[in-house]
Amino acid sequence: MSGILMRASNVTAVYAADTGQDVPAVDNVTLEVPEGQILGLAGESGCGKTTLGNALAMIANPPLYVIAGKMAIDDHEIDLSTLAAGADQAHRPYRGATVSLLPQGAMNAISPTLRIRDLVVDVMRAHDKQTTKEDALDRASDRLKMLEMPTRVLDQYAHQLSGGMKQRMVTVVSTLLNPALLIADEPTSALDVSSQKALIEMLLAMVERKIMRGVIFITHDLPVLSMVTDRLAIMYAGKIVEAGPTEELVNHARHPYTSALLSSVLDPTEETRTKHVLGIPGSPPNLGNPPTGCRFHPRCSFAMPECSLKEPQFLHERDHSVACWWANDHAFETVPTEVNQA
Amino acid sequence: MSEPMDSGTPVLAASHVTKQFRVAGGHLTAVDDVSVEFHAGKVLAVVGESGSGKSTLARMLLRLMPVTSGTITYQGKDVTHIKGGELRSYWRDVQAVFQDPFASFNQFFTVGHTLRRGMGAEKLSEATLDALIETCLGYVGLKPGDAVHKYPHQLSGGQRQRVMIARALMMNPKVLLADEATSMLDASLRVSALNVLQDLRENLGLTVLFITHDIGQACYLADEVVVMEHGLVVERGVTDEVIFNPKHAYTKRLLSDVPDLKGSLKVRED
Ligand SMILES: Nc1ncnc2c1ncn2[C@@H]1O[C@H](COP(=O)(O)OP(=O)(O)OP(=O)(O)O)[C@@H](O)[C@H]1O
Ligand code: SF4
Ligand SMILES: [Mg+2]
Repeated sequence: MSGILMRASNVTAVYAADTGQDVPAVDNVTLEVPEGQILGLAGESGCGKTTLGNALAMIANPPLYVIAGKMAIDDHEIDLSTLAAGADQAHRPYRGATVSLLPQGAMNAISPTLRIRDLVVDVMRAHDKQTTKEDALDRASDRLKMLEMPTRVLDQYAHQLSGGMKQRMVTVVSTLLNPALLIADEPTSALDVSSQKALIEMLLAMVERKIMRGVIFITHDLPVLSMVTDRLAIMYAGKIVEAGPTEELVNHARHPYTSALLSSVLDPTEETRTKHVLGIPGSPPNLGNPPTGCRFHPRCSFAMPECSLKEPQFLHERDHSVACWWANDHAFETVPTEVNQA
Repeated sequence: MSEPMDSGTPVLAASHVTKQFRVAGGHLTAVDDVSVEFHAGKVLAVVGESGSGKSTLARMLLRLMPVTSGTITYQGKDVTHIKGGELRSYWRDVQAVFQDPFASFNQFFTVGHTLRRGMGAEKLSEATLDALIETCLGYVGLKPGDAVHKYPHQLSGGQRQRVMIARALMMNPKVLLADEATSMLDASLRVSALNVLQDLRENLGLTVLFITHDIGQACYLADEVVVMEHGLVVERGVTDEVIFNPKHAYTKRLLSDVPDLKGSLKVRED
């Protein structure tokens, strides 16, 4: 494996609530993206994926505050905290150029009456006011040619494009500055399977052509992640609970939460026809007042008495890490799956 | 409307239904001569991508949108053009749950209030209503004591979707139409919602029309599958046939584009 492109350490981000009780939506998270790789970030709705993406992209806006965290990327050592005086100024040069965020729902956020070319010019000028229209459009059309996409799309209005084409365009535009790292938040969730596939293929081509040197791909859709990512990090209630090579996680989950998520996936296979999947009982905790010890313990069928008392620390097994007491007692074992055959 | 039916008669059927929209410079045929039948206690899935016409078909079946041509039959009776009291009683029997559980809620009302309001026209006693709410929340696996006092923002996406199903069930419907009702949910919440539908079919004999772009969900839940492309039904049959032995090129493509958890693991060079 080549070097590490980005390493974020001990990131904590909170939503300041009117009631005075802060909600730590991202709690002491450490993660890395190896050079040239795609890292998937998965977990149930509300577990903090978007919040973490925003913290890493340095676009946290009140009521969200990043209270701690460092990011090493490309010889830069960035303090992610938004509390220090001048943090916004310090972060500005990295935004978009070093780390670019493709926000959740981006394709629906562009005005239907905007032409794609206007969007291109806006984005390029936001970074560098001196950019001429011609330069911006040349760059965009070169990029489209490189990706074997039709350049006439530049002259079309957003409302004239299909959802899939719009999402691909937004992706192209958000990487025009060749960011070292692209953070794509749920880029495929609103798309049909064929458009999903087209976007994924485009993203893989972009990485191959080194338009960006690493990607964090956020979604709760595990089959999509298994197709596109090299590594996976699973988040639960504001914390990463397991991380490792995608193939390893999918075939040998070490954390009961990962395992439960995986067995909830419905592939169109013979197995899906006959199995009865239980899902995960209960619902994710209130992050303002999370359970003690392991945050998953109220929903975990492997929970032991110590799980509610002590927080499990990360156990590193080669390049696969997991924070779980069961995993601690069962080195290198895959979590047994609980599928009831109907 | 509750006379027993022989099993051969479909509960609900669309025959040769077409919907055209006027667009600049002509017509767009959103649903083109489609016939489908829903049998009691079965789950029929309509699968297709966006623009395939599946939601337009659903809206016509629900009598929320007029047909351009064709007939909709409910319990053997032509309901294509019914009005007034007849239509209201049709709407009681055929309930729908849509995609976005947040949009269909009023933010300022508790779950209990929302459920009561839905039954406003039924003139039930307080005690009957409470018991009904309790039963229907129970069907979808929610604890009534907990849920009725909650506001929408205090519920997770999965819980909100289950409340919507409970609201539909309070009318004691014969048919439940779910249009992408589980699409916005995570895999784990989705599975619980699908299990709720499965239980209702088994325990209450509910007929379910399940509209989805996700063939994996159809595979888990449906007895029969209808595949739509550009307003046309391109393939139909029992689930096992359509999914494991597809005949039409479009069905094959849909299936091959589905990312498969273990089968499509990215190939790594190192
Ligand atoms: N503006 C806000 N104020 C307070 N809490 C918030 C705010 N935005 C999000 N949260 C809370 O922070 C937590 C994490 O939210 P986040 O959007 O990061 O989750 P997510 O994993 O991206 O979910 P999804 O899969 O639904 O996109 C949630 O519990 C959410 O309720
Ligand atoms: S630490 Fe305990 S409760 Fe948490 S996932 Fe592991 S076994 Fe389950
Ligand atoms: Mg999110």
